[in-house]
Amino acid sequence: MSDKKLKPAPLANEGLPPEERGLFCDAAPREYEAAKGWVEDFLNWARAESLWILGFGTGCGAIELRPLMTSRFDMYRYGIQARPTPRQSSVFVIGGYASVKTLKRIVRSYEQMMGPKFVVALGSCTINGGMYWDSYNTIKRIDQYIPVDVYVTGCMPRPEALLAGFQELKKIIRAGKAEGQNLYARNFEWYKANQKKVIKDWNMPDYNW
Amino acid sequence: MEPTLLGRIGFAFISLFVITNYGLLLIGSMARISAKVQGRVGQPVWQPYIDIIKSSAKRNSIGHGIMFYLGPVFRLAGGIGTYMFIPAVYGSAAFMNFSDSGDLLLVMYFIFFGQLGMALGAGEGGHPYSALGVSRGLAQMTAFEVPFALSIISIVIQYRTLDITAIVAAQQGGFMHWTLFTNPVAVVAAMIAFLGMSMHNPFSIVIAPQEIPIGPPTEYQSNLLGMLQTNRAIFNGAKLVLYMNLFFGGATNIVSMVIKTFLIYFINIFVGQAFPRFRVDQSIRFFLGVPTLIGIASVIIMAL
Repeated sequence: MSDKKLKPAPLANEGLPPEERGLFCDAAPREYEAAKGWVEDFLNWARAESLWILGFGTGCGAIELRPLMTSRFDMYRYGIQARPTPRQSSVFVIGGYASVKTLKRIVRSYEQMMGPKFVVALGSCTINGGMYWDSYNTIKRIDQYIPVDVYVTGCMPRPEALLAGFQELKKIIRAGKAEGQNLYARNFEWYKANQKKVIKDWNMPDYNW
Repeated sequence: MEPTLLGRIGFAFISLFVITNYGLLLIGSMARISAKVQGRVGQPVWQPYIDIIKSSAKRNSIGHGIMFYLGPVFRLAGGIGTYMFIPAVYGSAAFMNFSDSGDLLLVMYFIFFGQLGMALGAGEGGHPYSALGVSRGLAQMTAFEVPFALSIISIVIQYRTLDITAIVAAQQGGFMHWTLFTNPVAVVAAMIAFLGMSMHNPFSIVIAPQEIPIGPPTEYQSNLLGMLQTNRAIFNGAKLVLYMNLFFGGATNIVSMVIKTFLIYFINIFVGQAFPRFRVDQSIRFFLGVPTLIGIASVIIMAL
């Protein structure tokens, strides 16, 4: 893939007032090539063994994240840590139902994370809406808005199930199949159209750096 | 035989490599010990290495301007600079670094140089929590600086020199010659300042997880974060070696260096696991209270 192909056209940022457009970046996300051979295998191993969760509880399922740091579940032994800033974290756990208002923040936070980044969707609500399937202000399938690597089913799944989900995520990362960042960049227009369909008050840049 | 300049630079690289790895393993093992205290298994000892590899292997990164990039560089320069002017092992050609070129004042300057550079870099990141973390960090630094500087003045009066190698030399010949026993008041003041300098639990107001997300490095990511993590190991090692040299008789071989610095660092964990975090105002009032008085007392005792 040549470098020219990787650089897409600048974004319109129509949600922003014209005088503010200069303040924000208008570059669309681009795909990144993986390293070759054993180097990528080694880096994937490091990525799998050092999962930093974004400390952003997006729904009721966030309550299942807290016990992971206690001595009963102790996620640190698997190399999992909580990180309070999206810039440094690599895993985004969508904690159950996502209201439209939260989805806006989810999109912002997800886009601010540095790649490779992974998404674990927790609970039935992220898969098909769950008990909120006919709610007027929640979305049904999170993977129409951001790419998801692992689903953990249940309402609510126990922290053990979440840990099992992280082990599954590690396997996917080690196999080099967790390319959500590239998937997002490749299908950026589709994701953006889906997001804008539900988020009516779009007053942020099209891609949040 | 005196090593040539090129040989000394080579030795400096070896010394830096050793202290980096030692610092990383120290951070890892202390995290593991903390976990045991809390009844957990805890992260692997080599976790800091994996974290650095992962951070450095991120595929994209963002910048906020020139100073944003220079922040971690200044921080790293502060860490390496601090270490390079301290003899890690007394009397060893490989680990003496450039200790004959600089003195205590230069080392003290380097300790704060990195923090100030980082403050400028984090400020350009533009995140409100960075600015908050920086202001907290500089306020606390100014506060623990007072007892630290007083205890340094005290031992400078005691040994009549600013040369770290000479201070170590004066402490040789049995543990009763250590500053710990010849000037215990100054050591108490300096050890309390050390708790603040290490930013472990009672004084962890700068990073302050849960309160202000991560503090100054909020906007730092990818390889810049990897650089900061590496510096953390070097800087920790440098501070420990400095304390060992000034107060605990230095080290004549690498084994005693490792044992002494491990025990000095362990004081942080010992205190940190027992006490919860201070608020900013509490921390600053604390340092300007009893520790400062102890520092003044140590200066008066030595001056008399």
